[in-house]
Amino acid sequence: MEKTLPKFVSTEKKDTRSGFGDGLYELGQKNKDVVALCADLTGSLKMDKFEKEFPDRFFQVGIAEANMIGVAAGMTIGGKIPFTGTFANFSTGRVYDQIRQSVAYSGKNVKICASHAGLTLGEDGATHQILEDIGLMKMLPGMTVINPCDYNQTKAATIAIAEHKGPVYLRFGRPKVPVFTDPNQKFEIGKALLLNEGTDVSIFATGHLVWEALKACEALAEEGISAEVINIHTIKPLDEEAVLASAKKTGCVVTAEEHQYNGGLGESVARVLSQHLPTPMEFVAVNDSFGESGTPEQLMEKYGLSSNAIIKSVKAVLQRK
Amino acid sequence: MPDIQELQKICSQVRRDIVRMVHKPQSGHPGGSLGCVEYFVALYFNIMKHNPKNFTIDGKGEDLFFLSNGHISPVFYSTLARSGYFPVKELDTFRMIDSRLQGHPTTHEGLEGVRVASGSLGQGLSVACGAALTKKMNGENTLVYSLHGDGEIQEGQIWEAAMFAAHHKIDNLISTIDYNGRQIDGDTEDVMSLGNVEAKWQAFGWHTMKMNGNNIEEVISGLNQAKAETGKGKPIMIIMTTEMGQGVDFMMGSHKWHGVAPNDEQLASALSQLEETLGDY
Ligand SMILES: Cc1ncc(C[n+]2csc(CCOP(=O)(O)OP(=O)(O)O)c2C)c(N)n1
Ligand SMILES: [Mg+2]
Repeated sequence: MEKTLPKFVSTEKKDTRSGFGDGLYELGQKNKDVVALCADLTGSLKMDKFEKEFPDRFFQVGIAEANMIGVAAGMTIGGKIPFTGTFANFSTGRVYDQIRQSVAYSGKNVKICASHAGLTLGEDGATHQILEDIGLMKMLPGMTVINPCDYNQTKAATIAIAEHKGPVYLRFGRPKVPVFTDPNQKFEIGKALLLNEGTDVSIFATGHLVWEALKACEALAEEGISAEVINIHTIKPLDEEAVLASAKKTGCVVTAEEHQYNGGLGESVARVLSQHLPTPMEFVAVNDSFGESGTPEQLMEKYGLSSNAIIKSVKAVLQRK
Repeated sequence: MPDIQELQKICSQVRRDIVRMVHKPQSGHPGGSLGCVEYFVALYFNIMKHNPKNFTIDGKGEDLFFLSNGHISPVFYSTLARSGYFPVKELDTFRMIDSRLQGHPTTHEGLEGVRVASGSLGQGLSVACGAALTKKMNGENTLVYSLHGDGEIQEGQIWEAAMFAAHHKIDNLISTIDYNGRQIDGDTEDVMSLGNVEAKWQAFGWHTMKMNGNNIEEVISGLNQAKAETGKGKPIMIIMTTEMGQGVDFMMGSHKWHGVAPNDEQLASALSQLEETLGDY
């Protein structure tokens, strides 16, 4: 496990989808094999820069996600590296069998890039707020599942997955959130990042919840609780070594994610721990419910995904040590 | 039943509701909503046999309507409230936390008038087919209506349902396409051309019709003609030409207002173009 930033400072807010858009644009310049497909959401996915600069490598498919996945699978035959773009809901549940058969089972090098994941999509409401996508994707054999935490990391991840051979699910979001990771980071798939060393409890967080975990960590420190915070940007393959090492050191674990309990990061961590090192655990995730319309902040609070929820879970798990 | 003048007044009020609804949360879809006002008002205030005061999911003995392009929820909610399904003042909660008026329509919070969730495009025609079949199996002589975006018919499931409806002779189904020629990324022609829409539906075995969706008299006579074609062994598809953003000058003429909320100034300008006829909520 690599150690990164010693301190959590953020001077600006940016959306992770812009990290994807900018990463894709950079890839377009670097790698002639990269092609992009979009299902009538070019602006929402921030793919317009790529579309403008590389019109011959951009394919508008209209509102037809199943077709998009199939076409992408086909384009890999002969060596293209297709990046598909639509909302997370329409990138996964909508096209599950197309991904399962034409991409995953067929071992195709398709990068499924999914924006507006989770509750932070906000006002559009539950029809669009998928909280099951990590589970759906991680269950597919051979699928890599990545959920970066901020703009810089999403950009780095976008660039990195072009180098990886095999299907990838890249999950990011709509709202502007704090930027706090290194703009020049090298993204290593499957490598957990230690953000804060601690001794009392391990917090494994992914996506937008990483920043919340850091806020929780600061608040806990003031109460004399030393929390280790680890950014699990790659949910599959999970960095089992990092999980086990930290859990062994602290003796209790909290996971945090913008997803259902069922099928999420928490379950992946629990499987590793229960098999090799049974450890008390608490889960910060959505409790078997659909979301609703509201602002991202309101929803994260109402559905128990804020730093407050993490602090509560840390205190609960410490009792069980 | 309201006469044409009264229906036009309702249309004006529904348009005011739409722009006010999306203004407050600064999110939602005014463009398609404004374009479909005459269709909704005709359906709920003139054409459909329905029971707003006593809503049930099954709607036994009633005509049913399904909104497949769920993003135009503002026009749907306003029409439902204005025709008596739920209190008009509830429109003020659109897209806010703890509201029954979700960004896209849902049965999850028990909002009267909604019978299935929509928002993920392309699913509503299948549901309408199922409900229409059930009406027939139950020996009912009632009709099922559904509305779809023109961009929405790019979804493959629409054409699976199209084939199904013709094969099973679902002739108590009157579907309509909001043929505004726009979608999120631009004109449908540029995004994914639809080709000859009418010929496609005919080839799939549907009875097709065309009408101007922004003229209330034409909408009523068109829907009445469609009614007269039911029971003849074919499902019916109305290709309804509309203008996205109809009634608010700066929202017309492009795809730009598909899903953007007006700011304070733009709201004021929009409202100045739309007469308050029934009282704002
Ligand atoms: C399955 C699915 N894919 C994508 C979207 C995102 N989306 C919402 S509305 C829309 C465009 C719809 O175009 P059209 O049906 O013509 O409606 P209009 O813009 O005319 O209101 C898109 C792509 C969605 N809601 N569902
Ligand atoms: Mg349209």
